[in-house]
Amino acid sequence: MIELRIHGRGGQGNVVAAYLMAAAAIKEQRYGQAFPAFGAERRGAPVQAFVRIADAPIRRRSQVAEPDFLIVQDQALLHVPGVLVGLRSGGGILVNSVDSSEQLTEQLGHPTIAFGATALAQRHLGRPVPNTALLAAFLSLSEVLPLGSLAAALSERFKGKVLEKNLSLIEDAAQQVPGGVWRENRND
Amino acid sequence: MIEALEGSQALARAVVLCRPGVVAAYPITPQTHIVENISKLVADGVTDLELVSVESEFSAASVAMGAAAAGSRAYTASASQGILLMSEVLFNISGLRIPLVMHCANRAIGAPLNIWNDQSDSMAVRDAGWIQIYCADNQEAIDSTVQAYRIAERTELPVMVCVDGFTLTHTLESLELPSQEQVDGYLPDYVYRRSLNVRQPISQGTLVGPDVFPEARHSHHQALINAIPEIERANADWAAVCGRDGGALLTVEGDPDAEIGILAIGSTIGTLAEAMEEFPDYPKVRLIKLRVFRPFPIEALRAACAGLRKLAVIERAFSAGMGGIVGTEVRANVPGVTVYNYAIGLGGRDIPLTIYPRILDAIAGDDTRFQILDVDLSRLPEEDR
Repeated sequence: MIELRIHGRGGQGNVVAAYLMAAAAIKEQRYGQAFPAFGAERRGAPVQAFVRIADAPIRRRSQVAEPDFLIVQDQALLHVPGVLVGLRSGGGILVNSVDSSEQLTEQLGHPTIAFGATALAQRHLGRPVPNTALLAAFLSLSEVLPLGSLAAALSERFKGKVLEKNLSLIEDAAQQVPGGVWRENRND
Repeated sequence: MIEALEGSQALARAVVLCRPGVVAAYPITPQTHIVENISKLVADGVTDLELVSVESEFSAASVAMGAAAAGSRAYTASASQGILLMSEVLFNISGLRIPLVMHCANRAIGAPLNIWNDQSDSMAVRDAGWIQIYCADNQEAIDSTVQAYRIAERTELPVMVCVDGFTLTHTLESLELPSQEQVDGYLPDYVYRRSLNVRQPISQGTLVGPDVFPEARHSHHQALINAIPEIERANADWAAVCGRDGGALLTVEGDPDAEIGILAIGSTIGTLAEAMEEFPDYPKVRLIKLRVFRPFPIEALRAACAGLRKLAVIERAFSAGMGGIVGTEVRANVPGVTVYNYAIGLGGRDIPLTIYPRILDAIAGDDTRFQILDVDLSRLPEEDR
């Protein structure tokens, strides 16, 4: 089983990101589970959501305490207490950031990839919503699921222009990070 | 077909598959998504049910009651404080023996204000005379929704299908909805024998004096007891239709020969089941999932507990000043078994896998007093510990 924790801020599509990832797993005939940890729901507040992907039915409903990977939608959240807690040793962190991956890896003590998802999203969607770009980058890094499964999950949730723009965004995002570098960090 | 669905979204579709004529509800987190999704299905033309916007939960329950009494299959849903605001009507619905189905998206009750999951709301209305079904997962919640209409209409008793708020309602997972043909074949058209009809006028809800009130109460109690075989049949018949069996009154897994058992209600069971595999240093137990809480399935419970020495009852609510609700009822009905009773996960506190060894450590001793097992006493002043 692979467990992810996605950190973001209210309004960044954190829950949708988790739902899309689990839906992509289900599209691949695997089992997926995703749920948010709701807090005070308001724009800008730190929020988190959890994803599990497995080859057998997932029955546990506990929050993901020891994630294999973290996706962090806002670099400033790295300074919020608890964001890095429980990350499995060797587990990777994907951060929406324009800083250098090497510097962040050294700073955080975990393999970290910095990826400027906001600018890329702005270019494709015309809106600074980084969630789908980060998902695509994560799939590219970890190869947990093929990118096509994310496209299929997006196609179920969005239509028309929004879908088209997101599909072009994830194609682009997947190319922006080194493919497969986190294959060995997986725990499944 | 397996789909990736959020619990609420799946429940909305399950309700619509049952072809209710009237849905009335007032939004309250975490129930809101269910009715929102129903309204989308109405807007999309998937169903032509009448969605009635009301100004409170009291009205929501009243509209649903009136619609069901007037001969239309009806539905409502609520949670937490909303259930409490409905509570007067809930007693009327069951007392009038009106077959209605509702979801309770289980949530804590304030004060202190808390929007998260526990089961204080449905437990607070356990004596309202409704059948109560607690779902372990969203698939069971879908299947229980369809079964609930069959049970309600055959027994003329309302059914509350309880789904843990957020933990189930806001979780997206692999789910399978039945086909319309499957539901139509299982669930006949709505018939209510005392349906309000201007051509054959009857009175309902009239004053009942001491001369017959105890008989009316007895008959209601007996109807709930008599519902047990109907609940079992509804489950078996549905399993024959769709191949899924969520268990009728309760189910047992784990080690059937274990002398130690854990009984839980609602979505906690899955976490306990996986935790049992994750802690090989701890023995496997007999894990009992109690699905039906009203009527209380005494015979099935005794059979499930046969041979047990110790049983831990885990619940997400309690009666302040007394202790566990489920635990107290179980203790009263399983002679010879030492019952330990813990509340966990109140107000949405996460229930981690480590709860399993914690429960087993707690029941190793002789102290059977009720405890909130995951409480942190160090955060309380001395006199409150």
